[in-house]
Amino acid sequence: MRFSAILLVIAAALAAIFSPRILDIHYLLDKSTLFTGTGLVALAMTLVIISGNIDLSVGSNVALTGCVAAKLLQAGYPPIAVVLLGLLTGTFLGALNGVMVAGFRLPSFLVTLGTMAAYRGAAQAMVGANSVKVPEGFTGIQRQLLALVPAPVVVFIVMAILTGLLLHRTVFGRWVVSIGTNESASRYAGVPVERTKIVTFALAGLMAGLAALMEISQLEVARFDLAKGMELDAITMAVVGGCAITGGKGTIGGTVSALILVMLMKTAMGVANVKAEYQLTAIGVLLLLAVLVSRLDSHQPAKPGKSPTKAA
Amino acid sequence: MITKRVNIGVIGLTLVLLAGCSTAPEAGKSAAGPKAEAGAKTKLVFIPKSSGNPYFNQVAKGFEGIDGMEIDTQAPTSADATSQLAVIKDQVQRGVNVIVISANSPDALNEALDEATAKGVSVITVDSDLTGNESHRALGILPTDFSKIGPSQVELLGKSIGYEGEIAILSATADAPNQNAWIEGMKKTLSEPKYAKMKLVEVVYGDDDAQKSSTEMESLLSKHPKLRGVISPTSVGLAAAAQVLENAGVYPGGPKATGPGVVLTGLSTPNQMKKAVAKGVVASFQLWNPADMGAIAAYLGDQIHTKMATYKQGDEVEVPGHGKLKVGPKGVIFAGDLLTFDKANIDQFDY
Repeated sequence: MRFSAILLVIAAALAAIFSPRILDIHYLLDKSTLFTGTGLVALAMTLVIISGNIDLSVGSNVALTGCVAAKLLQAGYPPIAVVLLGLLTGTFLGALNGVMVAGFRLPSFLVTLGTMAAYRGAAQAMVGANSVKVPEGFTGIQRQLLALVPAPVVVFIVMAILTGLLLHRTVFGRWVVSIGTNESASRYAGVPVERTKIVTFALAGLMAGLAALMEISQLEVARFDLAKGMELDAITMAVVGGCAITGGKGTIGGTVSALILVMLMKTAMGVANVKAEYQLTAIGVLLLLAVLVSRLDSHQPAKPGKSPTKAA
Repeated sequence: MITKRVNIGVIGLTLVLLAGCSTAPEAGKSAAGPKAEAGAKTKLVFIPKSSGNPYFNQVAKGFEGIDGMEIDTQAPTSADATSQLAVIKDQVQRGVNVIVISANSPDALNEALDEATAKGVSVITVDSDLTGNESHRALGILPTDFSKIGPSQVELLGKSIGYEGEIAILSATADAPNQNAWIEGMKKTLSEPKYAKMKLVEVVYGDDDAQKSSTEMESLLSKHPKLRGVISPTSVGLAAAAQVLENAGVYPGGPKATGPGVVLTGLSTPNQMKKAVAKGVVASFQLWNPADMGAIAAYLGDQIHTKMATYKQGDEVEVPGHGKLKVGPKGVIFAGDLLTFDKANIDQFDY
């Protein structure tokens, strides 16, 4: 977590030096609306990763839920109903993952690899290659400002706070960390392992549903290839933010600062006219650095008197 | 605990720092409407569908030799419908005056382009237009009269297969507006009595990815043993399909051809197909010169920006080196005519 925080300050300073036009708050807030979907999903992904699992299907979940929601809107359902149904759909798709991972004891990597294909395939079967137009009343959420801040950013901040409280201040959060640190020990300690895992995946689905609703409102269309690659971006943010991919370590604050870092880097490079391929390379290097630092960090010898399960 | 407070503090501090700097956009850019600062070069950015596609490199060649403009190419790494959004926003923030874009989606870019136009940036599409959403851009430069491409391609293939047999189409991405327009034209042409004995059995999508295009072509050959011809109206698809056809050996006169063989044609650049044509794998194919589009777009973009020129339907525009061009309905300009390349003339061209 310290790593991403330090990098963030350095990146902000460098951005200011090399891309002076980036220091425009309207622009930054507007640009951030392109990242809020990934941000929401990264929040839930943090929980999933800390518990020792991974969810590769979130991008496809967003696509499928988005297409479902758009079709419902076109069919004339009122926006409130569509929002509820959209969230329900996303949560259901996430819970499906959870049931397969926890109930059938299947590795989350393989399960979500499968649902990643299945959900996107379902979306493509539903809408084909066409864009589903979102009716006027539902579009333009990024133009709704609360105190100059675009609504999607507000939603993200609220969700970040809630998820942070969930992870760091509730018993459920302790269960998540415990399962990721040592699953069998947790089971013997009475932690409801299966239920907790299902909930983490359901939460990932819920976030995906929320992200889907915001994405289709921003884009004004729903497509089967929405949010392609979102899962990898979310995982990158979680890992750069300090999550150990093996579980047991990670913070919401870290993920959020990693999100800001990635957004800042991509935006600064874009405004400085760096080619897209180099931007991709830079993000990749960042991820490798984060993993390296995290490995070095975990090899610190524990100070005498501290408990061995050190989950910051 | 302390660490967590430090972290939250750092995030907050960074956000405040960023927020504190400049709440007002750069002077002179907030005015709506194109204005040229005295003596400043017009800044143009070309946003192709994706990077690494030689076709768009050729479009960019049209920018060579143009003085008085700062021209840059910024391509997203993939041709997804939304991949150009971030590029558009960043470039507008960077202060470009003209955006020349080959759209990956007819409608997903509307909002971003409207924002750009509101900030005084002129938007011109090349090659792939915002079908159905033309009001979101100033002009659309199309390579040639699109409505002629479908019929030309069908006629070119038909002539080579005696106007009889099963044919298939290997396209690019399923959403590309130009591809879909051409495929519609082909289907309409096929319904004419002259082509009654030609049957379109399948349309597959190679996503302008060499690997996927090869796989789709191979599956076409295996799924349709009676296939007589394939049209691939995309340079990546045609090149990949030619390679597959060469490996399979089933082109007309090829070692493994049972019967008359599979005729392959489509749209591609001469350089990409020179080897295939020399080996007889592909007899003929068509294209325009993409550089024409680049040159015309750059010239008109500069005119709009520096001279506040507007172009309406029916106007005739004189573009240096490209003669008089007519502005058609919905602000569409055709850059030139379709050329047919074959063994006889392919060596005359270098692009």
